[in-house]
Amino acid sequence: MATVVARREIKDSFRDWRIMTPIILLTVFFPALMNFAAGRMMAFVSNYGAQIIATQLIPFLLLVVGFFPMSFSLIIALETFVGEKERKSLEPLLATPLTDAQLYLGKMVAVLVPPLLAAYLGMTVYMVGLYFNVGWLPTWQLLSQTVLLTTVQGVIMVSAAVVISSQTTSVRAANLLASFIIVPMALLIQGEAAALFWGNHVGLWWLILALAITAVVLVRMGLHLFKREELMGRELDDIRLGWIAAEFWAVMSGRRENNGRYPNPFRWYRQTLAIVPQLGRPIVTLSVALLGSLGMGVALAFIYRLPPDMLAQFTGDQIAANLDQLQIVARGLPLTIFFQNVRVLLLLALLGTFTFGILGILVFMAPWVIVGFAAGQIFLAGENPLLFIAATVLPHAIFELPAIMLAAAAALRWHLTVIAPPPNSTLSEAFVATAAEFARIFIGLVLPILLLAAFVEAFITPQVMIAVYGR
Amino acid sequence: MILTQNLGKSFDSFTAVRNLNLNVGAGELLALLGPNGAGKTTTVRMLSSILRPTTGRAEVNGYDVVTQPAQVRQSIGVLTEQPGLYLRMTGIEYLLFYGRLYGITDSAIRERGLALFERFDMADAHQRRLGQYSKGMRQKVGLIRAMLHKPTVLLLDEPTSAMDPHSAKLVRDTIKEMRDDQRTIILCTHNLSEAETLADRIAIIKKGSVVAKGSPAELKQQLLGHPQLEVRVDHHLNGQVKELDNLVTVESINENTIRYRTPNPEQDNPILVRRLGELGLGIIALHEVSQSLEEVYLRVVAEAEEAQPGANN
Repeated sequence: MATVVARREIKDSFRDWRIMTPIILLTVFFPALMNFAAGRMMAFVSNYGAQIIATQLIPFLLLVVGFFPMSFSLIIALETFVGEKERKSLEPLLATPLTDAQLYLGKMVAVLVPPLLAAYLGMTVYMVGLYFNVGWLPTWQLLSQTVLLTTVQGVIMVSAAVVISSQTTSVRAANLLASFIIVPMALLIQGEAAALFWGNHVGLWWLILALAITAVVLVRMGLHLFKREELMGRELDDIRLGWIAAEFWAVMSGRRENNGRYPNPFRWYRQTLAIVPQLGRPIVTLSVALLGSLGMGVALAFIYRLPPDMLAQFTGDQIAANLDQLQIVARGLPLTIFFQNVRVLLLLALLGTFTFGILGILVFMAPWVIVGFAAGQIFLAGENPLLFIAATVLPHAIFELPAIMLAAAAALRWHLTVIAPPPNSTLSEAFVATAAEFARIFIGLVLPILLLAAFVEAFITPQVMIAVYGR
Repeated sequence: MILTQNLGKSFDSFTAVRNLNLNVGAGELLALLGPNGAGKTTTVRMLSSILRPTTGRAEVNGYDVVTQPAQVRQSIGVLTEQPGLYLRMTGIEYLLFYGRLYGITDSAIRERGLALFERFDMADAHQRRLGQYSKGMRQKVGLIRAMLHKPTVLLLDEPTSAMDPHSAKLVRDTIKEMRDDQRTIILCTHNLSEAETLADRIAIIKKGSVVAKGSPAELKQQLLGHPQLEVRVDHHLNGQVKELDNLVTVESINENTIRYRTPNPEQDNPILVRRLGELGLGIIALHEVSQSLEEVYLRVVAEAEEAQPGANN
């Protein structure tokens, strides 16, 4: 069934001169122009013995030649659902036995195929021309990387655009939202250009892997979000601030669970604690990330060994020498530590909202990479790393780690509702509800524990350090 | 068949349909009448498993619209208010696309599609792009699409709205044939004479609720009272009709015509004619005054407005 939809749409695209003309121009004339530019550039820079600049730029032009027709997919994808809705042809389609997934995948394939074929063709035209012009041929690695980058970028743009198209109520609104795709893609192209220029092929393989994962996440998100109900049930893209605030407050205050009445503080706490078991999967994910970041830190310590004179700072005598000063500083710090931790956790929550939780997880991992790195360097300095962690981190981490874990897990659960909202609620309902539950966990559990951890870190951890290293 | 029980749909604070109870059997045509925004299209969308009801339940052909949407959609044919065609496709390409979605073979689609094109006087148009079709032709293609897989339930929203009288008659005849062929049909329309001609029963919806339901005759009886009769006589009536007051309910009197109502015309009319004769008045004509569905509709809608002003707000 999905192929029936895809075939019709592809055929329709090939019949539309407004789609075909730019695609042909970008497929035939643009590569020829790039070819000419590459030839001229080679001739120019060779006058100054700087052929390396041209040879390093040629792969980038190959990527650009593929990207331009691919970017056209964005325009088609943005209007695929909402355009049909505006033209009133969507409702008959929704009344057929097609499942949501078949319709979504059929549309996505249809949007992806013509620009992708055009991109491959454009790259072929460019390479053939360049071969006959200056005798340049890409390596297999470069060729496969540019083809893969073009493909995954296409899938990412199309899947994100199809999500936008299925969630907006007008083509105009979809086009306005396109900047959320265009800006990151522009930054990505710049990163790829730098990697290609420096010949960082290992980095490019990692980038392809990351983009492929992002593409899978976006397709999965699109499949989860795509609902007939959403397509036909909304007529306006309102920002309902009042509704958002009311929903948030209803969940956050506990009125939702208590039939519109405010619960007493004990009941509110009991119900807040009842959210914790729902954080199981995010906690498992974050625990894996924590262990991975510790391991990564240790590995980095072995790769980037500190010079011997710096390593000497990590020996027991040197640590002990600095402890008295540290103790004085630490006593003035509990609230600073507390507010710093709060700030970082709020940043984690904020960054994750528009990156499907990815940046949030990275913020969560960063300190543990540092702890791992420090432990690794301690080991290299001949000290016991476990003793180091036990003395410097463990006393306050007993409190801090659960608090951070709870906050990060609640935030991750909130962020992931975008990819997989619960079946019986809309995306906006689920997003606001999980945001409010994050706020509940944060205020009710995380803040008190963080405050306790900050005092432990300021007053007890230094004592433990003195006890251990003050020999 | 179609069965709904307390079916309702709300969008945030707006209630589009509330407590809708319908039971439409095989071979029956129910016309849904109502002003714009009354909830007709939302009802059709719920019955097509496109929108999920927020209250109550609905069954189409024995399938639940929420839990068995694929079966529901396989067994219905939907004509939307605007046909929404793909204008770069030819008529036959369009039918091939939709037919394949219902799992029909290409040869069967061609055979049935061409027969329907012929049925609707468009035999020579099936190879033309749909963009070249007139409004009425597009509406007919939409209807052909809805009929292509021989569904047992048809949901038709304004099937003749853009058509010339000849095309509209063709479509109405086809709808009648389908009803006679034991299909269950819901017809949403603003065309009251069409509803009166085609419908076995009519439901008038206002602000999401059914405010009147019944056969056209029942609705007229319920809302407009007993049939109104008019008698024309050959002389001026000079107060002589008072003689009739104890027999029928006189509603108006002109120079030589009397309009009246009676619950029992078979019994009262002969007496009335005899009395007028005794008064020396010759009868020129006696006939029933036709009461249009439009009157019923306007009265029902006005009463509903008085009963629940701004009910959805």
